[in-house]
Amino acid sequence: MADTDSSDAFVAFERVQKSYDGETLVVKDLNLSMPKGEFLTMLGPSGSGKTTCLMMLAGFETATHGEIKLDGKPINNIPPHKRGIGMVFQNYALFPHMTVAENLAFPLEVRKIPKSEREEKVKRALDMVQMGAFGGRRPAQLSGGQQQRIALARALVFEPELVLMDEPLGALDKQLREHMQFEITNLAHSLGITTVYVTHDQTEALTMSDRVAVFDDGRIQQLAPPDQLYEAPQNSFVAQFIGENNTLIGTVKSIDGEFCKVQLEDGEVIDAKAVNIGEVGTKTQVSIRPERVEYNRERMAEGVHTLKAEVLEFIYMGDIFRTRLRVAGKDDFVIKTRNAPDQVRLKRGEQIEIGWLPSDCHALDA
Amino acid sequence: MTDRTTGPDQFTGATPDNALRDADRAEAASGPMLAADGTPLKKSLNRALRRQKMRALMLIAPLLIFILVAFIAPIADMLFRSVENQIVSETLPRTVDSLEDWDHTTGDLPSEGTFRALYVDMFIAAEKKEHTRLGTRLNYEQTGVSSLFRRTGRDVDDFGELYEDQFNDLDAAWEDPMTWARILGDPDWIAEAEGAEAPGPDFVLRDGVETALPTTAEVYSAFAEFTQTEDEDNPLEETPWTLVYTALYWDLMRDGFAYSGPESALVTAAAEAAPGFETVSMQENFVESDKDWGSTAVWSTIQTYAPEYTPGYFLNSVDAQLTPDGIEARPENEQIYGILFKRTIFMSMTITISCILLGYPVAWILANLPMRTANLLMILVLLPFWTSLLVRTSAWKVMLQQQGVINDILVWIGLVDDANRLIMINNQFGTIVAMTHILLPFMILPLYSVMATIPPTYLRAAKSLGANDWTAFWRVYFPQSVPGIGAGSILVFILAIGYYITPEIVGGTTGTFISNRIAYHISSSLNWGLAAALGSILLAAVLILYWAYDRIVGIDNVKLG
Repeated sequence: MADTDSSDAFVAFERVQKSYDGETLVVKDLNLSMPKGEFLTMLGPSGSGKTTCLMMLAGFETATHGEIKLDGKPINNIPPHKRGIGMVFQNYALFPHMTVAENLAFPLEVRKIPKSEREEKVKRALDMVQMGAFGGRRPAQLSGGQQQRIALARALVFEPELVLMDEPLGALDKQLREHMQFEITNLAHSLGITTVYVTHDQTEALTMSDRVAVFDDGRIQQLAPPDQLYEAPQNSFVAQFIGENNTLIGTVKSIDGEFCKVQLEDGEVIDAKAVNIGEVGTKTQVSIRPERVEYNRERMAEGVHTLKAEVLEFIYMGDIFRTRLRVAGKDDFVIKTRNAPDQVRLKRGEQIEIGWLPSDCHALDA
Repeated sequence: MTDRTTGPDQFTGATPDNALRDADRAEAASGPMLAADGTPLKKSLNRALRRQKMRALMLIAPLLIFILVAFIAPIADMLFRSVENQIVSETLPRTVDSLEDWDHTTGDLPSEGTFRALYVDMFIAAEKKEHTRLGTRLNYEQTGVSSLFRRTGRDVDDFGELYEDQFNDLDAAWEDPMTWARILGDPDWIAEAEGAEAPGPDFVLRDGVETALPTTAEVYSAFAEFTQTEDEDNPLEETPWTLVYTALYWDLMRDGFAYSGPESALVTAAAEAAPGFETVSMQENFVESDKDWGSTAVWSTIQTYAPEYTPGYFLNSVDAQLTPDGIEARPENEQIYGILFKRTIFMSMTITISCILLGYPVAWILANLPMRTANLLMILVLLPFWTSLLVRTSAWKVMLQQQGVINDILVWIGLVDDANRLIMINNQFGTIVAMTHILLPFMILPLYSVMATIPPTYLRAAKSLGANDWTAFWRVYFPQSVPGIGAGSILVFILAIGYYITPEIVGGTTGTFISNRIAYHISSSLNWGLAAALGSILLAAVLILYWAYDRIVGIDNVKLG
């Protein structure tokens, strides 16, 4: 799902800005377009502007500047209840004074759908989230996971083409959350709904989405499918924010097409992929994923550049080993190795040599 | 992550849901849960909590006792007065007894025996000065009884003079207090009392004298007791009441009179002479004193109110009265309490509704503004609380009166003609305006505290589901604020229904409440029984409304914050 032209996009933000106090922008020049049926996640730390974007799309906040389009039509001046966008709220916002069935019937009632049809739709929606037997209960009588399902069913029951979800799984325990992630994506894909999902949980973003928009400082730092985001971060923020990451600071020594040489602070020179760097002589942050680092000579590719390292800590984590090393004067360099039968278990104080493929090592902005 | 599609019930593992389900299953399988030592878990839990409960009880004990002594007990005592009626049977015990067989429907006056009983009762009551209190009490039921009792109380002293004179003429010994004491008193008591400093030892009746001279013995005992306790004199030195002479005459005239004992010669001589005495009927005496005694009306009132407990006050409070023929409605021009109760409830409801209408938007704004602004506005809401109630009410008087601020402004603008200034005070309007203002904080505060707990996401959710602003408010926000309306309404209504000062000041005649009438009976007319009955009815009305409210809205839906 590569970049979509904004003209045939289902949802489009065009040069959108938002300010609450007239002094600072919480959303800076946002451009985003989504095709129909896409599951897009807005990921970012709190205060990065992702929820504001969602609220502007839902109609609860107005854009200070720019245009938001839904299905080609600008919706800036359409009140929320006329936008026809389904929404799942962080705390579900199930109406406590109504039963589950009444909650689900509410959007149909306000749309003046006849009673028989309404009942049928409610039943179908409840069955869809496997809550058919709970129609007569009050939200307070349901567990968190069940409330979550009902909130989802309520957002879908009036068959919106776009569904917004604002950290819907934040209140669930880990196991239930993983289960619900799977259910939500399944549902979204099987119904073919376009979904905008807001979260600050990167695992959620990576496992659920077609594309992830990483927000920081009111801007989209990178908009890409999960694998690209993880394996080819565009800048050091994305590299740091998504997954675990080792950073080495250095200076660009020479650039050779796709690759470059970086001189680290202790003088060692390494090969790296030139992703986002300035000219020769400028500072750069080199980022390497812990699982792409190798210390077993036999497993290393030919001609790999190696660095000396000292083992500071070895942690047994079951499926993987996590080892903390001192590399190039920094002692927070982490490597992860699979717990394979022939894997060497390092000991504290051991002196080893580590290496990686230049393509796994990204030179980014400092 | 698995590919299996799982519903909530197939989802296994340690979720809170499953833990609860497991607990349910365990209980269903094994009956009541047992503690480690085999006792039922509930029992050992109760035991563990008992100490805690005792401590809690100890903590509230001082307040509890204070409330019992200073609040519950006086109120209970006061309410009890609404049915209490011992005064009639205590002041006129013999008359009440004697009236039991009298049938007022025949139109005949009670028998001479009843008049005699009344004479005895009246005489003693008049000596004790209790007859006026009874007169006041019976005057609530029949006007004129009060002055009747006062007049007869004065005259009753003379009724027996006729007999006193004849006994004294017969033998001068009858003038001597010692003669009476020897006939009626215990010899040991006389020995002790003789020469003793007044009032002397308590009077003791001679054994056997009651059989020979029953009435005399009874009234002489009353005389002796009264002399000793009230006048603090020695009965040996006091000439008995004329009542005692009359009683002796009646005893001597009794069929089968026989006497043996001290002074038997004197008594026998008197017994022989008595049939020749000039007599007068007590009925004549009473009717002569006041002709009302000759009508059955007074007598049937005494008979009707003879029981120790009476529904009379309550009937009065609902514009009815207890007559000898049963319960009757009062004449139309005397009915006031029904109107007052209806007016009290109607005006309290109007005030409650006005408070809801005015308070709801304010509470809404308070709940939805940023904290700092909301706190500032809250001070404005609370400001009236910190001002004296009298000041606020008087301020309304200044505002609303015909020469007051509002009228002046209206005249100045030209909306109202100077000659036809609006009457906005000393009527229902004034009371409603002033009380709505005074009670408004009691509506706003619970409303605010409930609204503050309704997250704004509900409104957003409703709008995102397609509801317009009004539907979202009416279907989603309003139902959740109902507990606040309920709490505020109960508070305002119950406060309003018993309000006293404000209606007193601004209510005039048409804007007063039942509580003003209660206050009038407590402090001016001193008809505490009626005040208590009115108060009990008011209390019952509030409790019934509270119960009805609980049935309709549910009291656990009421939140004060």
